[in-house]
Amino acid sequence: MSDLHTVNKSPFEKPSLDTCLRLSKPGSSILLYEDGVYAAITGTTATDKVASALADKKVYVLEPDFKARGLKAERLIEGVEMVDYAGFVDLVDACGKVQAWL
Amino acid sequence: MSDKKQFMFLNRRAPYGTIYAWESLEVVLIAAAFEQAVSLAFIDDGVFQLVTGQDTTGIGMKNFSPTYKTLGDYEVRHIYVDKDSLEARGLTQDDLQVVPWEDWETEETVDNIVEVVDSDKLAELLEASDVVFSF
Repeated sequence: MSDLHTVNKSPFEKPSLDTCLRLSKPGSSILLYEDGVYAAITGTTATDKVASALADKKVYVLEPDFKARGLKAERLIEGVEMVDYAGFVDLVDACGKVQAWL
Repeated sequence: MSDKKQFMFLNRRAPYGTIYAWESLEVVLIAAAFEQAVSLAFIDDGVFQLVTGQDTTGIGMKNFSPTYKTLGDYEVRHIYVDKDSLEARGLTQDDLQVVPWEDWETEETVDNIVEVVDSDKLAELLEASDVVFSF
């Protein structure tokens, strides 16, 4: 069963997302939350990294954190799935283990 | 020599993920109350602090973003935003709050004191400041 990788740091401030993408296996799930949600929008220097990862990984973003930061749903990268807290729990339940990239 | 100093508050963190943005805002309000010349600069992830439409109902934290648009009332005269930081994040001035300013004595008004500036201008402003507070 594939793991759930979580990223809660801004992709512009720390290499957490880069390392997560580099060291997660194809088939993994990646959940962006807290400042990690900035990686889920189009038109940034991080957009291409996430868009490429979608080729063989699932990417999710936590909606309450996305909305708190004033990000617009129309700027969500196509293929990234929005989840709420219950969806976060479902992911933890469905995946093998949780690997946090702080 | 005037005892009024040029204070610059340098904001480089996104809101909510850490406490830096909120703490900076608190200190800005204190400094302004002591009648110092207060300017703010938003650089790197700090530019996200000024983004409109923040809605924190889902995360159980106070949405402090409406405070920024009142800064003109606290005699903050300049808010600078780094152009390169905005562009790297796919943002433009249209995504940012508008902060009006009015001089109560002369009735001079400025519709929006938020100014997008380039690196050269920012470097100049930082060097010209008496004190720089980093958040």
